[in-house]
Amino acid sequence: MPAAGVVLLVAVVLIVLALVYYLVSTIVALRSIAGGLDEVIASVGEIVAKSAPVNDVVTDINANLDAAVSALEGLLVKKAGMQDAVGLVEGLYPGAAAAGFRDFPESGEVVPPRIGEVYTKGTLTLARLGREAPIATANPAGAVLRDVEYGSAAARNLYPHGREAGAPTLPRSPVIGTSAPVQYEQREDIGKPRKRMRSA
Amino acid sequence: MTLWWIGDAVLVLGVLPVVVYLLNGVLSEARSIVPSVQRIARTAAAGSKDLDAAALLLTTQEQVRQTVAGVADYGGSLDAIVDDAEEA
Repeated sequence: MPAAGVVLLVAVVLIVLALVYYLVSTIVALRSIAGGLDEVIASVGEIVAKSAPVNDVVTDINANLDAAVSALEGLLVKKAGMQDAVGLVEGLYPGAAAAGFRDFPESGEVVPPRIGEVYTKGTLTLARLGREAPIATANPAGAVLRDVEYGSAAARNLYPHGREAGAPTLPRSPVIGTSAPVQYEQREDIGKPRKRMRSA
Repeated sequence: MTLWWIGDAVLVLGVLPVVVYLLNGVLSEARSIVPSVQRIARTAAAGSKDLDAAALLLTTQEQVRQTVAGVADYGGSLDAIVDDAEEA
């Protein structure tokens, strides 16, 4: 065999060896990729299965909470009246009255009364729930003190003319809490020994 | 004979380097995908594990129902006890 033929044979063998090495290595890498993708598919399947009921559950929770919000807003407005309800919310959460109630869009336009007026009415309402309330009819101490059908008459007698005429002109109640516009510094002498007067 | 040598030279100096270059490129790209796929698999497994708590939503759903039912009962009692607001 001539030398050129031998060189040709060696070159072909080298090419085939290169093909074998790289193709086998590529096959190994692709098998590793396929194994990884199998794990991914299994995990994604678990994610899909675990998250499948989430939408229905969250929708149900939101529906229940929406119903509760509607009921509580309706009860508050029904019992306290729109103005006092807005005032109560404003007193508890300063600035919240501007947003109004969700089911009462007109509540955002209500000017909230001073919180003192709302609390006064609330205190009277709580007082009516005591000895004079209809629920006290079973009180062993005796008969109820008020007429059940006109339970709020006694409280109304305290303010026969309704809201004070000058109430809107009174200054607003101070806002307290961490979000208050005026923050008062804590006294440094609190908790320390009392200062003593020097003896003459 | 000269043509044989020319063919050998083309095969050794031209075809063989091109084959090696191309196959090496394919192999390096295939190997570079492996770590990415492994990271994706670990992330998907971690995401699946995080969703184990999703089953607790059923408990939350039931508790919300019971709470709302309690609030409704309490509100109904208040509606019966407390007088309505006076008409303006």
